[in-house]
Amino acid sequence: MADHTNSVENTDKHEFYKKKHREQMKHQVVTFVMMIAFTLIAFGLVIAEVSAMFTIPIILVLAAVQVLFQLYYFMHMNEEGHQWPAVMIYSGIFAAVLTILALTTITWW
Amino acid sequence: MAEDVLKSGNLPENPERATLEGRNKFMGFWFFLGGETVLFASLFGTYLALRNSNAEGPASEDIFGLGLVFIMTVLLLTSSLTSVYAMYHMKNNDFKKMQLWLGITVVLGLAFLGMEIYEFYHYVHGYEFGYTTSAFSSAFYTLVGFHGGHVAFGLLWIVSLMIRNAKRGLNLYNTPKFYIASLYWHFIDVVWVFIFTVVYLLGKVG
Repeated sequence: MADHTNSVENTDKHEFYKKKHREQMKHQVVTFVMMIAFTLIAFGLVIAEVSAMFTIPIILVLAAVQVLFQLYYFMHMNEEGHQWPAVMIYSGIFAAVLTILALTTITWW
Repeated sequence: MAEDVLKSGNLPENPERATLEGRNKFMGFWFFLGGETVLFASLFGTYLALRNSNAEGPASEDIFGLGLVFIMTVLLLTSSLTSVYAMYHMKNNDFKKMQLWLGITVVLGLAFLGMEIYEFYHYVHGYEFGYTTSAFSSAFYTLVGFHGGHVAFGLLWIVSLMIRNAKRGLNLYNTPKFYIASLYWHFIDVVWVFIFTVVYLLGKVG
């Protein structure tokens, strides 16, 4: 084993990855701030008693966006090698939407 | 290679997916999360269908307090960020800092769980809103309680990993374990985003 050259390469790699991780961390902190902001907006709309026709779609969209943030940044789905996780979670979401539609329509229609 | 797996030291990039076992865990766990999504969807669907069937018992706008729910939301959201910090230190092979941030995650999770228990206790004793009061109450406790159960399980999971690996340091054998535990913790937060929106906020709007 050429130990010397290896260790030089390793420290370079190490520095590179450290920098990359720090970059990812920055994105994740921004994500967190946005999620807190979305939460504040959602609670604010309800507490301020803005009309329901306006509030309901907005808070549902805010929730959906927060979940995408969570999936893509906190759960790393924006990184490479996440094709199968995407297939699995979106299949789950597809079945979830069907389930909710079925259960609500059979009671309300 | 096999005997190196338990030794800590220089970890490759993405240590959680560097071994076949790690990759299998990663893939299997996402498959499980897809299933969990459907499980929670059935509980959400049931709740949405029954949320106005309060059978002369308390209705949602009578009992929900948004202040407590807001604090719980911030606690869980912050714990999601602290577990991201833990994974950041894991990828940089800094075991002590990872344990520290996981510890903070556990404390925040415990605070969340404590507030949820207080909330349920308050509903049952302050409003006589028990599990069998109405279809609404059963659907509410099943959905929110199931999520609370997931939080409790996630806490047990993270604490056992922290204790079991306390003297091992990070290696290719335990990094996948920490990684999927943190995925689970984020998923709990994903579900909570829909709970505070669909249950509490929609419950107040009507």
